[in-house]
Amino acid sequence: MFPSRFRYEAPSSLGEAVALLASHDDSKVLAGGQSLIPMMKLRFASPALLVDINNIPGLDQHGAQPDGSYRIGALVRHADLEKSTTLGEHQPTIAAAAPLIADPIVRTRGTFVGSVCHADPQGDWASCLVALDGSIVAHGPTGRRTIPVDDFVTGPFQTVLAPDEIAVEAVIGAASGSRKGGYLKLERRVGDFATVGVAVALEMSGSTVTKAGIGLTGVGSATINAREAADAIVGSSLGDDEIAVAAEAAAAASSPRSDHRGSADYKRHVVATFVGRLLAQHQPAEAEVA
Amino acid sequence: MTLFEEVPVTTAEEIPVRRVEMRVNGETRAANIEPRLLLAHLIRNGMQLTGTHTGCDTTNCGACTVLFDGQPVKSCTMFAVQADGHEITTVEGLATASELHPIQEGFKDEHGLQCGFCTPGMMLSAKALLDENPNPTEDEVRWALSGNLCRCTGYQNIVKAVLWAAEKMRGDEPASEDAADGGGEA
Amino acid sequence: MALDEIKIGGLGASRRRVEDNRFIRGKGNYVDDIVLPGMLHMEILRSPLAHARITSIDVSGAWAIPGVRLVLTGEMMAARNLAWMPTLSYDTQAVLATDKVRFQGQEVACVVADDPYTAKDGCEAIVVEYEPLPPIVNPYQAMAADAPLIRDDKVNQTDNKIFDWEVGDKEGTDRAFAQADVVSEIDMHYPRSHPSPIETCGSVADFDRSTSKLTVYMTSQAPHIIRAAVALVAEIPEHMIRIIAPDLGGGFGNKVPVYPGYVMSILASILTERPVKWIEDKSGNLISTGFGRDVYLKGQIAMRNDGKILGVRMHTDSDHGAFFSDAQPSKFKIGLMHSAFACYDIPAAHLTATGVYTNKAPGGVAYRCSFRVTEAMYFQERMICAAADDLGMDQAEFRRVNLVRDDDFPKRTPFGFLTDSGQYEKCLDIGLEAIGYADFKQEQQAARKRGRLLGIGISTMTEPLGAGNSREYDILGIKMFDSAELRVHMTGKAILRTGAKTQGQGHETTWAQIVAHELGIPADDILVEEGDTDTAPFGMGTYASRSTPVAGAAVAMVSRKIRAKARKIAAHLLEVSEEDIEWELGRFYVRGAQDRGVSIQECAMAAYSNVPDGMEPGLENNAYYDPPNLTWPFACYIAKVEVDPETGVWDVLRVVAVDDCGVRINPMIVEGQIMGGLTEAYAMANMQFLTFDEDGNCIGSNYMDYLLPTAWETPGFELHEVVTPCPHHPIGAKGIGECATVGGPAAFVNAVMDALKHTGVRNIDMPLLPDRVHDALTTGNDISGMPPVKTEA
Repeated sequence: MFPSRFRYEAPSSLGEAVALLASHDDSKVLAGGQSLIPMMKLRFASPALLVDINNIPGLDQHGAQPDGSYRIGALVRHADLEKSTTLGEHQPTIAAAAPLIADPIVRTRGTFVGSVCHADPQGDWASCLVALDGSIVAHGPTGRRTIPVDDFVTGPFQTVLAPDEIAVEAVIGAASGSRKGGYLKLERRVGDFATVGVAVALEMSGSTVTKAGIGLTGVGSATINAREAADAIVGSSLGDDEIAVAAEAAAAASSPRSDHRGSADYKRHVVATFVGRLLAQHQPAEAEVA
Repeated sequence: MTLFEEVPVTTAEEIPVRRVEMRVNGETRAANIEPRLLLAHLIRNGMQLTGTHTGCDTTNCGACTVLFDGQPVKSCTMFAVQADGHEITTVEGLATASELHPIQEGFKDEHGLQCGFCTPGMMLSAKALLDENPNPTEDEVRWALSGNLCRCTGYQNIVKAVLWAAEKMRGDEPASEDAADGGGEA
Repeated sequence: MALDEIKIGGLGASRRRVEDNRFIRGKGNYVDDIVLPGMLHMEILRSPLAHARITSIDVSGAWAIPGVRLVLTGEMMAARNLAWMPTLSYDTQAVLATDKVRFQGQEVACVVADDPYTAKDGCEAIVVEYEPLPPIVNPYQAMAADAPLIRDDKVNQTDNKIFDWEVGDKEGTDRAFAQADVVSEIDMHYPRSHPSPIETCGSVADFDRSTSKLTVYMTSQAPHIIRAAVALVAEIPEHMIRIIAPDLGGGFGNKVPVYPGYVMSILASILTERPVKWIEDKSGNLISTGFGRDVYLKGQIAMRNDGKILGVRMHTDSDHGAFFSDAQPSKFKIGLMHSAFACYDIPAAHLTATGVYTNKAPGGVAYRCSFRVTEAMYFQERMICAAADDLGMDQAEFRRVNLVRDDDFPKRTPFGFLTDSGQYEKCLDIGLEAIGYADFKQEQQAARKRGRLLGIGISTMTEPLGAGNSREYDILGIKMFDSAELRVHMTGKAILRTGAKTQGQGHETTWAQIVAHELGIPADDILVEEGDTDTAPFGMGTYASRSTPVAGAAVAMVSRKIRAKARKIAAHLLEVSEEDIEWELGRFYVRGAQDRGVSIQECAMAAYSNVPDGMEPGLENNAYYDPPNLTWPFACYIAKVEVDPETGVWDVLRVVAVDDCGVRINPMIVEGQIMGGLTEAYAMANMQFLTFDEDGNCIGSNYMDYLLPTAWETPGFELHEVVTPCPHHPIGAKGIGECATVGGPAAFVNAVMDALKHTGVRNIDMPLLPDRVHDALTTGNDISGMPPVKTEA
């Protein structure tokens, strides 16, 4: 409940922020703080310098861009996404996950980008971004780079961000067809970590899946990209057989541990069940198939 | 102004103290603080607004909920320095000198509290909800309060209390079972 | 012209609560709100290991930190003979570990500093070296022949056993089983659970050397017991100890025992001559303080083919952790487990119980439960459920055959308690009607055809609330009675103090209602105070639903003493003899001349201004109440659930509760207690448990892992009432605080079992985690034992 001592700076520009981060080898960026501060309270994390980016303008926007991409700034809170009236039509997977992040109060502070950077294998947002084949844009002393999320997270609580880089936004590329998708989370109560979370993102042309992504939460040492499962439905019209193959492939891609949230076998089973349920939501009505 | 402030005789390292200024319940307050001081502790110990409680270490219980620029936050999961220049409302800011807030009245009328420990946070989450949605359904109330834990009531009466307050805030006179009041102004 | 009792806030009024006036304004006064001049702050360093020998402790790093004022270790405590303290169950418990640590989270050192951040810095700077020992995490490991000895500090302790205990009629039970047509057997585990009030434990100790007076603000449900314990442990004269329990942020049994943190804060205040505040963190609360349950059962019911139960056998193996510190009446080693089956007419029963030490936190407390009655009633109703199924008999019908009938009271229970009142079948009928039981079988069948799994679970029980009587019930030899002191001031306003201690139950509101009922003084004119041992009369505190049965009775009795004196004053004022005085609510009048009377307020004024010759002036008194028997509320809880066959997740569709707690003082508060209790029952059935991995690590050491339900998951509750007054309580009331926590869990579990009945599954131990339900559903096997924590690499 009582964090260790640290230095605190709240710069008003990205340039200053990056310079501050570079000035100290044990520094951390503070955005929403809803993962970092609990860890500091328990003294699992004790950075020497906190660089609070909340005063930096321009990071709190999210929305569809003229090029069809969707951008989420580093200070966009979970609640901003949850309460957005336009998110759903552009990004159904993210819209489905937003109300399931943590609890309503944490959602007013915590950020999408911060959650991805935290790289908790039980983090819901990373799975969504994986399913959507998105990227993180990092701002460093030499400028910006865009890092595909698959390359971004390197392990539990680990990313490729350099100590003097700040993740400034998440980017989801333009869709080739219409976006469908969803997120299902097995949690025993609001605010619980996912026993299992499944993110599905589809791009569809008519009743045919043209692109698919499936991200898995809480069933491995990092967020899992269930590529084979997604491949199993690309080109299909989500027939029962293809869905079953995808569900099994997703279960096979997971590598859960048995713990007090459930046995490994059970978690694999729930992965398959959830993949099946999410895909079935987007099965064309029977008339369309015929 | 205080004429006397005791300071440590020796310090092993320089303590990086910062001055912060914020509006708390409509009043401007300033303090010199260490950056590691949690907002909840500044409110409770520094400003002696002890209605804000701390119930867990892990950002789960919501007993420390305050409004930060109108939005509910867990004040144990923000550093006090982050509140510099911002607006804070605590439970002490709900009532005016002469009148209780309808949410406070509702909690009393519908028996929405027992030990009272979670109550301030619960009421502030309710206020944030009703400020945004003056006519919520029972499910919307339950959803909005799901970041605040209560061990005593089983929530049913808390939900009733919030719906009672919503009705009152919309200008209707909520039904209240006729019974003795229990004293006080409420 | 008697007063309208409801209008003055008397018996039966849903009077809004007095205490709320401060709580809704954020003006409650909890221990952490106490600030004294010069106050220091204490933090505790705890053991990361469950079982280990301490080889060295280096505290020099802590002393080097500016602002650190005191560092205490076991060695320093031992030098003052304070390293160990007595428990409430005649055992000893380490205050700070000296030789070895015996559970994860045990107190190893503490640091006192100018502020809690610095105290925490100090704890981090302490270096402790441990030599790990093999940990024991369940009773069966503890009883193994080659088990390491946990309590090697005790001279005559050669194994890990604490007690073997038995009660009941062994021979009679054996005969019953010999005559049985069918014997139903079931084994189960009631997992360890933590009461987990949102406010943790804490204290502010203030020793004043100039007066030798020790004042301790403390999160205590039983301040007078604490005063006695401090007098014995710290060897401070009892009159020089003042324990103040201010507002408590919930208790549920967690705040009954004496904890090492209290003792350390007291010693720290004595040594530093400054007030010392200790506020436990949540993790410390969950991993080191009093838990509930952790009992394994082997149960058998012998019955005839027509459903009549002939006899019951129970054997329990209970896990008490590293020290036997259960807060319970000293005669009964496994609490009131033998209150099981009290609502059923069963000729013979026998219970054997074994208690053991393990490397887990100590302190089996009555977690919203009258001394392990929660386990008793859960086991009872799970055994009843399994027995009915084994017999192929309907759940409601099986209960109906065996429930004690209304005209059978007073009735000896199978284990020898005496129940005295109730309308059991009526409660059952109301519950069945409310849930739509008659149509449910059809609904269930129809749903099953569509692949949906519905189930209904019934739980009926009566439980013993309100210990004493003091002949049978004592803690450390201190008899379990309670007290009240009433002072009526000259203007007719009054102050009432009791030896109980409210933690949310609303005593400040309801006690005044009892006085209003007895004296006709409006409840708003009565101030209620509790929790300060310098001012409150001696009492055993509030837990085990004993306040209304015992302290509440004392309030009625002291009011009657006041009324008796007021009657004499009234006779004097009305110039008639006392025999000619009649009473109606709020006033005395002359028999046959009802308009000639005086109000209770006029009598009060006269008590200070115009007493008859020879009468002591004033109008105050006290009463110590020793109840003739326990009170026996009855409850019927019925839950309807739906299980998702694909995931094992179950949802509660409806909950019906029918409670008979006798006369309700404040119906609003009674209903609040029932809903709170049902929520904890749902929590335990669904998600809330403390478990341990094989290394003795506590899984559930914070609210990320120890799950309490939120408003979102918690079901709605439909409440019904039946009133059978308690024949021996002065106002006919019975205890209620815990009924729903005691009787509720079985309703939820029985409902899930009903939904799974077609698979042949007979038992899943709580909590009914989705994976356990799913495993049972797919394999048809029972899922028993401690929730699995198979730690994998």
